[in-house]
Amino acid sequence: MSLVFVIPGPLRELARNRSEIRVDGAAGSVSGALSLLWRECPAVRDRIMTELGEVRPHVNIFVDGENIRDSGGLAGDVRDGAEIVILPAVSGG
Amino acid sequence: MPSTRHITPRNGDVLLMVGTMKGAFLLRAGKGRASWDVAGPYFPGNAVYAMAYDGRAGRHRIWAGPKSMHWGGLLRSSDNFGRTWTNPREANVKFPEGTGAALEQIWQIIPGRASEPNTLYCGVEPAALFTSRNAGKSWSLVEGLWNHPQRPRWQPGGGGLCLHTVLLDPERSDRAAIAVSTAGFYVTEDGGASWRPSNKGVRAEFLPDKHPEFGQCVHKVVQSTSKPERMYLQNHWGLYRSDDRGASWTDIANGVPSDFGFAMAIHPQDPDCAWIVPLESDEFRCTPEGKLRVYRTRNGGKKWEAMTRGLPQKGAFETVLRDAMAVDALDPAGVYFGTRSGKLFASADEGKKWISLADGLPPIVSVKAAVVSIPRGRKGA
Repeated sequence: MSLVFVIPGPLRELARNRSEIRVDGAAGSVSGALSLLWRECPAVRDRIMTELGEVRPHVNIFVDGENIRDSGGLAGDVRDGAEIVILPAVSGG
Repeated sequence: MPSTRHITPRNGDVLLMVGTMKGAFLLRAGKGRASWDVAGPYFPGNAVYAMAYDGRAGRHRIWAGPKSMHWGGLLRSSDNFGRTWTNPREANVKFPEGTGAALEQIWQIIPGRASEPNTLYCGVEPAALFTSRNAGKSWSLVEGLWNHPQRPRWQPGGGGLCLHTVLLDPERSDRAAIAVSTAGFYVTEDGGASWRPSNKGVRAEFLPDKHPEFGQCVHKVVQSTSKPERMYLQNHWGLYRSDDRGASWTDIANGVPSDFGFAMAIHPQDPDCAWIVPLESDEFRCTPEGKLRVYRTRNGGKKWEAMTRGLPQKGAFETVLRDAMAVDALDPAGVYFGTRSGKLFASADEGKKWISLADGLPPIVSVKAAVVSIPRGRKGA
């Protein structure tokens, strides 16, 4: 299984300045896919997830354009070749 | 992102570290404290509730606890007065597995005593204390406080359930104290293994029992370094002094327009001298009558005097938050504070007159002051 992660600008410094990271391995779910990303790029994990293993409330993850909050969360399916985009939410102030 | 200006402090300069809701700023001045250079913003867009200067063991290190709304918070440090900052690969202050907690905000960074130059303390939200014994390389939760049987009954205040004050007893290395909104004041006498509430005399207006063992909304506590048994406490309604290291508290709201407020600072040498900025009420958390007044006592709270020269006295509905006031260690002491409307003021003569250092910063949540000590042979930045 091969997946492509799109890394948001503020985290690229922690991802050796890459905007895209390709990972290979068995994922099965969004959670499994993220584990492959942590293996390739461990420094982005704590910025995306809390200590409780939850996606930070103002971070969105889209799998093939679908926000995982609307499609099964971390347990949702991921297909071979999927594009996973990580983006900051519009929240601010 | 905005371009960042820098400062180059020299030995003996006063350094101000100003944390705001949208980044941090650094200011420097010589001993006269008449002319200031301003640097920043650092961490633009991040809320910076906690900053500290660590001048121990030959360091001149600045710590900050920026929190990105999106990417969370962590501790970062600079050894060159903000030109570069660490950016840890892993979050350095985080709750261990099994605690069921996740870091919300870093509220306080306190370098340990001179005798423990590699120790640092960090107070966070949800209310917990972390320590580092290796100059900030790694951090661990103080389990004795986290496992306190009263902790599940602590309630968040308006700013969240935060551990915002850490006091290290200057004479007894096993003794320290913390304050939590809303839990009150807690003391350890065994180096953090066990903690007991110490709120005798401090009232809780918002509870049916006005004098509970714990549960007070303590906003800030300061301790004298020259006379450690002397402390002052600014409560959510109530202004207090202790002469027994917090074992009991006496009301000292004598002649202040309100005993509600957040900010508090104590003189670096004189235990009878402290400063506060009263706010009207918990309903209207602004300076009373539209006058920005710092109140000073020089007799342990028997009497407070308004210090207004140079401060706006008309239409000034300002708010000064719990960590937004600081003093330096010079003689006469410099006093500094920032407002939620982004105004920063300084007094080089213990509050007699004030000058504006900045107007238009993001909302100021933290002001810390330090006298810079740069080891010989090293440049400021």
